[in-house]
Amino acid sequence: MINEEFDAIVIGAGMSGNAAAYTMASDGLKVLQLERGEYPGSKNVQGAIMYANMLEKIVPDFRDDAPLERHLVEQRLWVMDETSHTGIHYRSEDFNEVKPNRYTIIRAQFDKWFSRKVREAGATVLCETTVTELVRDGNGKVIGVRTDRAGGAIYADVVVLAEGVCGLLGTRGGLRKMLKPEAVALAVKEMHFLPEEIIEQRFGVKGSEGCVIEAVGTISHGMAGLGFLYTNKESISLGIGCLVSDFTAKMESPYTLLDALKHHPSIRPLIAGSEVKEYAAHLIPEGGYKAIPQLFGDGWVVVGDAAQLNNAIHREGSNLAMTSGRIAAEAIIQVKRRNDPMTKRNLALYKTMLDESFVVKDLRKYKDMPSLLHNNAGNFFTTYPKLMSQAAQNFMRVDGTPKIDKEKATTAAFIKARSRLGLVSDAIRLALAWR
Amino acid sequence: MHIVVSIKQVPDSAQIRVHPVTNTIMRQGVPTIINPYDLFALEEALRLRDAYGGEVTVLTMGPPMAEDSLRKALGYGADRAVLLTDRYFAGSDTLATSFALSHAIAKIGETFGPPDVVFTGKQTIDGDTAQVGPGIAKRLDLVQLTYVAKIASIDLAAREITVERRCEGGTQKLKSSLPCLITMLEGTNEMRRGSIEDALCAARSRIVKWSAAEAGIEDLTKCGLRGSPTVVKRVFAPTARSEKAAQIDTAEKTLRDLADELIVAIFTRQPALEPELAFDGA
Repeated sequence: MINEEFDAIVIGAGMSGNAAAYTMASDGLKVLQLERGEYPGSKNVQGAIMYANMLEKIVPDFRDDAPLERHLVEQRLWVMDETSHTGIHYRSEDFNEVKPNRYTIIRAQFDKWFSRKVREAGATVLCETTVTELVRDGNGKVIGVRTDRAGGAIYADVVVLAEGVCGLLGTRGGLRKMLKPEAVALAVKEMHFLPEEIIEQRFGVKGSEGCVIEAVGTISHGMAGLGFLYTNKESISLGIGCLVSDFTAKMESPYTLLDALKHHPSIRPLIAGSEVKEYAAHLIPEGGYKAIPQLFGDGWVVVGDAAQLNNAIHREGSNLAMTSGRIAAEAIIQVKRRNDPMTKRNLALYKTMLDESFVVKDLRKYKDMPSLLHNNAGNFFTTYPKLMSQAAQNFMRVDGTPKIDKEKATTAAFIKARSRLGLVSDAIRLALAWR
Repeated sequence: MHIVVSIKQVPDSAQIRVHPVTNTIMRQGVPTIINPYDLFALEEALRLRDAYGGEVTVLTMGPPMAEDSLRKALGYGADRAVLLTDRYFAGSDTLATSFALSHAIAKIGETFGPPDVVFTGKQTIDGDTAQVGPGIAKRLDLVQLTYVAKIASIDLAAREITVERRCEGGTQKLKSSLPCLITMLEGTNEMRRGSIEDALCAARSRIVKWSAAEAGIEDLTKCGLRGSPTVVKRVFAPTARSEKAAQIDTAEKTLRDLADELIVAIFTRQPALEPELAFDGA
């Protein structure tokens, strides 16, 4: 039996949990953070790109000592078929600013740093401690947690569930429904180690500049999916992810997709000669706005991946996680300052504040995208990429065919594949979902 | 009773890499763990405390980051942790290490009460010498009980301990007086999982940090590299053998023929063996 009581218990030491714990501890709250991994970051997997602006709002001077890999100056968006890629590249000297906007990071290192900040802010962090159960009082209010260690329950005014995408504890505790296979992607990635100068040569970058490639197309074998290649200091993160429901329906395995991606003629030369030293897999919430569960209740709030806060279209997750963690913490701080109890009514402030932030606004904007892409995966991820590739090749290849015939052939190919009505309807649906 | 456990933070051998060019162990970036043999010592100490009452003090010598190991030990349930850290200790061999640790243990005795038992692991996984435990015992004039597999009983009133010790060809049962130093054998117990109180305590405990001077060490020439007569002349990785094992088909020949062929093959490759092993009347 532990007699002492905390202001807040944070479950999980990922981006959202660390943001919440740091913000509350910095404000003087008595915070206990529980992490099941051996050290913070040991269980955490991300591509990973970190967005500076959102971290700045939590740790303004993070650039002084956070382990950052490269700041991004170039973004490539590729549409791929079996032998080619058609791409948009955006590179700008403007990204070489004093305080760059995006960085690649390696989560195991980054999370250790973030956790150190949390401890320095005054929170107590326990690793290798899995929360097994939420403790409730007679009225159903969450008043603490039980862990897999001996010694009974630990009590707090409020519990912040930052337990990650699976949200087992919240589901078990009846705070939300079980995760649906079509609302979650499984991504796999490998870390390809290469000398710094090779990476600089291959991607045309220098110093801490970095380049990112994100790709869709036949690489996902007709499923809704995304491939990615991120440059770190001395390694390349290469991965691919698709919806779990698609993997199941198509009987595909993630590693075959990754293996095929590695051998794609557009990717192979970029990773040639590298040594794979790590591989990882992780689930990513993809359900968007419609999948967001109840975010608060009597004595609890849920943040980050556990709240399904991930923008699949813009491939943003960790910044939504950090921001939701920070906002939840700020709401709790406000309730605490007023000396109000951590009831459902008072904690609704968290949702009000989150609704006003980019987190919910962005997700609401794309609320119809997940189902559109999921239900039309074949068209968007195979048919169109192939047509695009053919059109590009048709345009580039000079073989004596009159240009007018070439253009007709391209148009005919599009109509044959999707029909006039299909093309118009795809365009309208996409535009509506994007709006 | 007061029990002191001396532990060491070592690189996790499961994750260690050897530099391809210099053949030296690449310690940078390798995660560290508590020397696995020391965990048996620590668990045995915790069991004694739980059975007979008292306190367990964990001690280590190392760089400031060795604090991680001590915190882990506190998480298992140790009551107090002492970190002996000073740049004068850098480069210590087993002689210098046992010198420094014995002073620290004496100081622990003065500060927190004299220890009844000092525990160490059988050996470390990085040095593999098994010399530090006995070195401490000698310097502190403690009875040393090495390779202990089981602590049979302790009689605190009579100041006596009975242990089972593994030795060549069997087990010795030894009775000794307290205080003593025990080096604990592996596989003799299983490290517990600390309770939530232990974990909370570990996260918040102040670890006692002593420099050489604070541990009462006056003669710095006996510390660190200066106090270490051991010289590592060279570290090398054994070269891989190029020969491959030959396969013998046993179905075709009699066992006698096979044996003859084998003997001939061995003597052809190792001619030096022949005069020693050849015997008459074969």
